[in-house]
Amino acid sequence: MPKLVKDGVIVDDQWQVLPKPEADESLNVPAGQFIVPLSVWLAQQDKLQARDDIGVWLDADEAAEQIGAKANTLPVIAVNFPTFMDGRAFSTARLLRERFGFTGELRAIGDFMRDQLCYLSRCGVNAFQFADAELDLTEEVKSLNDFTEYYQACVNQPIPLFRRRNP
Amino acid sequence: MYIYDEYDHTILKQRVAQFRDQTRRYLEGSLSEQKFLPLRLQNGLYVQRLAPMLRINVPYGMLNTTQLRRLARITRDYDKGYCHVSTRQNIQFNWPALERVPDILQELSEVEMHGTQSSGNCVRNITSDQFAGVAPDEIIDPRPYCEIIRQWASFHPEFAFLPRKFKIAISGSVSDRAAIAIHDIGLQLVKNEAGEIGFKVMVGGGLGRTPVIASVIREFLPEAHILTYIESIIRVYNLHGRRDNKFKARIKILVRAMTPEAFAEAVEQDWAHIKDSPSTLRPEDITRAKAFFTEPAYETIDDAAAQTQLDTLRADNIAFGKWLTRNVRAHRVPGYASVTLSLKPTGIAPGDITDTQLETIAELADEYCFSEVRTTHEQNIVLADVKKSDLFSVWQAAKKAGFATPNIGTLTDIICCPGGDFCSLANAKSIPIAEAIQRQFSDLDYVYDLGDLDVNISGCMNACGHHHVGHIGVLGVDKKGEEWYQVMLGGNSGNSASLAKVLGPAFSAEQMPSVVQNVVDTYLEHRNEEELFIDTYNRIGLTPFKERVYAKAS
Repeated sequence: MPKLVKDGVIVDDQWQVLPKPEADESLNVPAGQFIVPLSVWLAQQDKLQARDDIGVWLDADEAAEQIGAKANTLPVIAVNFPTFMDGRAFSTARLLRERFGFTGELRAIGDFMRDQLCYLSRCGVNAFQFADAELDLTEEVKSLNDFTEYYQACVNQPIPLFRRRNP
Repeated sequence: MYIYDEYDHTILKQRVAQFRDQTRRYLEGSLSEQKFLPLRLQNGLYVQRLAPMLRINVPYGMLNTTQLRRLARITRDYDKGYCHVSTRQNIQFNWPALERVPDILQELSEVEMHGTQSSGNCVRNITSDQFAGVAPDEIIDPRPYCEIIRQWASFHPEFAFLPRKFKIAISGSVSDRAAIAIHDIGLQLVKNEAGEIGFKVMVGGGLGRTPVIASVIREFLPEAHILTYIESIIRVYNLHGRRDNKFKARIKILVRAMTPEAFAEAVEQDWAHIKDSPSTLRPEDITRAKAFFTEPAYETIDDAAAQTQLDTLRADNIAFGKWLTRNVRAHRVPGYASVTLSLKPTGIAPGDITDTQLETIAELADEYCFSEVRTTHEQNIVLADVKKSDLFSVWQAAKKAGFATPNIGTLTDIICCPGGDFCSLANAKSIPIAEAIQRQFSDLDYVYDLGDLDVNISGCMNACGHHHVGHIGVLGVDKKGEEWYQVMLGGNSGNSASLAKVLGPAFSAEQMPSVVQNVVDTYLEHRNEEELFIDTYNRIGLTPFKERVYAKAS
């Protein structure tokens, strides 16, 4: 079974990510735990929302608002990196946590890299599905704690350092 | 000046360790070139034409003498014995070995310095007025706010992979010396009618291939809200800025596409959610930041007596008098003045400084200026707090060390990027053009009589030499493999910021000194008494310059 870094440890990945369907193709989501594209979830909400084994993934150009208040009906939301240089997922993750109060698994998928783990986790991402199955996750996970102290507020530390210094 | 505590040291140590490991993984081949690129850039490391270049932040231009001496040591031990003051008040090393950069960063961290976010698509070093805290026209000292924003922006987890680089500048005085209108965010400290402190907020300024003057999106933002408000600005940019085309990725393009009004509205909408969050500054947070920027131990001085003494010395010594006029400026405290040490003697690349010169400046600052100096975006170094009674001694020492060229703000105080001699982005060399112009105008008295005249040179359209806002701007361009130079006139980086207009077809390097001479001659022909170049230009326009330059050149 594919592996995943979740909450700092390496675990079996119970979920499968379904790719975006080709244009005009309506995707039939089979039984099982699937993370479906936003477009599929929006198009088939009536059907999919009845299930508790469906997650949704957002591409970089898709907004947290498109899930919005329904975030907490989902067990898992994933944010995709088309390339590691595309930093929109950092904002999207933070908005899902802070603005929409999402408490489930928030997963990074796509072309992110280990050197982004620490910042991603600060933005509320708690699961990392690396695209390259050959990677030694025990090595990759070391970057998760590159920093243990931070200046600014974020999901993992909502109180900025200036307030903690001067309580 | 800000002093690190345990928190700052912990964070910076972790950063050095992180980059040391990234460099190790790159060198051993487990981290690809492509993925190492943004990581090294965010630690200040470029790979240049001849060697790597390492850019070190000088937060809002402030340096103490311990730091100056450490920089001197690094240029000696890791480089070729000189470094460069950049047009963003930073220090650049031109020849470090990539594998030794972690050691350099470690040495810097010991004196509270680093290259974090000095490059890359992230929030860069915050710049400000080199005369902050001492300028007579200051409304509010910008430095405490610079430091608050610096800490907020440092290692910001959400904004490390923006569409493009992001630059913030703050001015706290009537006269804008920080060129805030050409920054991604420009902040002007102001007081409202009730006497409360806040910011006028501008966004979307910038130079580069699409030069734009920033738009004001908020006339008065109370100081308490500065962090949350800029967080919203950058979030809107991070989510909506273009990522498909590097040349259209700056916030200025987004602001223009949305219109400043719609952009401001999007910011307000995001901000409504975080407005009173814990990142809101309490009065005690601002007080704490201000406590790092208290006055040095100024003496009580009879200003009139000090001035009389100075006037006597000036009367006896014309060279000293000229230096006083050009390189020394008024200070808000009686009996004190601010001195600009010129890093622009003819024949030296503008902003270059050697290890021993750094140490000489450290000695001067220890003796005469409370052990602090400032770097300027015009690529000079300022001793901000010198007693008037010490000016003659400072002048003599500066003259001996080669820093007393009385050319600050004049035609030979050229702002110049490293250009094609060093930079892999450049289309053309810029340093030899600066030098040729300096040689053309080697008569100091002549230059002195011309008065304020900004000449800004960039080796490519990235505009590190700020050519669009020079009174005379020069842009290096590539035409079929040859280096040519486009000349533009009438730019201005101050309060009435304006962009220069292109004079006409480009010139060869050889033509440049005579082209500038023709521009200056045209100015002198039309000048009314002591009128400044920019005022003459604004009065008579481009045409007389154009006619003269192209009549002679053809």
